[in-house]
Amino acid sequence: MIVVDVKKKIKTYNGFNEFRLKASFAMAKTTKLYGPSGVGKTTLLKIIAGLIHPEEGIITVHNEVWLDTHKKICVPPQKREIGFVFQNYALFPNMTVEQHLRYGTQNSSYIQELLTLGEMVNFKKHKPQQLSGGQQQRLAILRALSTKPKILLMDEPFSALDNALKYNLMTNLKQLLTNLNTTCIVVTHHPFETEGFAENAIELS
Amino acid sequence: MDLAPLWLSLKLSFIATFILLVIGLPLAYWLSKKNSIPKLILEAIITMPLVLPPSVLGFYLLLAFSPNSMLGKQLQTLFNVQLVFSFEGLIVASIIYSLPFMVSPIKSAFIHLPNSLSEASYTMGKSRVATFFHVLMPNIKSSILTAIVLTFAHTLGEFGVVLMIGGNIPGVTKVASISIYDSVERMDYASANYYSLILFSITFIIVITVFILNRHSAKSPLE
Repeated sequence: MIVVDVKKKIKTYNGFNEFRLKASFAMAKTTKLYGPSGVGKTTLLKIIAGLIHPEEGIITVHNEVWLDTHKKICVPPQKREIGFVFQNYALFPNMTVEQHLRYGTQNSSYIQELLTLGEMVNFKKHKPQQLSGGQQQRLAILRALSTKPKILLMDEPFSALDNALKYNLMTNLKQLLTNLNTTCIVVTHHPFETEGFAENAIELS
Repeated sequence: MDLAPLWLSLKLSFIATFILLVIGLPLAYWLSKKNSIPKLILEAIITMPLVLPPSVLGFYLLLAFSPNSMLGKQLQTLFNVQLVFSFEGLIVASIIYSLPFMVSPIKSAFIHLPNSLSEASYTMGKSRVATFFHVLMPNIKSSILTAIVLTFAHTLGEFGVVLMIGGNIPGVTKVASISIYDSVERMDYASANYYSLILFSITFIIVITVFILNRHSAKSPLE
């Protein structure tokens, strides 16, 4: 179980708002997070990843403390064994598709498996600027999976994909997450977008 | 024709540029992170040689490195180093004088890289050092190249600071820019033209090379 209870001031177009979240996420399951823009969905993912530090709060994962502001405990992102799919993809312009995956793992057969899953075998020598938006988004997902993370955090990961591709990718990704026993938290604007992919749902408001 | 001043200029430029690259990369990265007042003060000090008359900088460096000053005495006593009227002094002065030319373009490039690139690398378990060398540096290589060239060309042509610190000692501190001045003083325009033409050619070749290498960059090749 991932237990999150945090307080963070976030900057919005209205000025600073205090963001308070208390939630728990089941391990080895996929949970979708949805809600209106600016409610703090991305902030929450980044707090779980250790990329943003809340003013106050606790995060425990499987009874392991990742964050406790009172005890000044904060496990760095490098030690959290997570995968993160950024909304803007955050691909490395200097690396090809294959190099992105090799940056996360040296296991060639796993790299091949990921390329097949994302239907990217033919593009493995391409750099991000040579890929379409949908291909870049798939690469962002594959890169996050390359380290075989315990927890996969995805921020709007299917927004640039057409329906057929989205369905195929979600089916194959679901299978891989089950095989790897990975917990997944996926942020989406549209609660029905991840139908059949996420077992649980949390609405932020 | 005496080639020694040219070799001395090139040697000084290579050494100063190499040292500045080693210092400048981490310094520019650090300065590109969140601003604080001490950081801004340090950045202002680093930027000063860009706007300060070289003779002013040279004069204060001359006072600081002089064997009569506290720093000069300590350097002499502890390390047996005399920076005034020596090649080592020229290197130290060049490092101070050319530091902003190395730091500014690299810092600007680091600032323009999206934070999410390093964040993505951290979430893959990579350390700050690994992220710096595998993700950040390769994505600002055109700016690093620009910084290297600007620093090299600037050091090659520096005059005021070099004259104040090094004087005009043949084979030791008499670099090409001082030889030009020296030749003109002696009314030897042929020698002045010879050194000037070579410095002009070297500078033109390295600037045009940067333009060619950075031609695919969206920004100006010298940004």
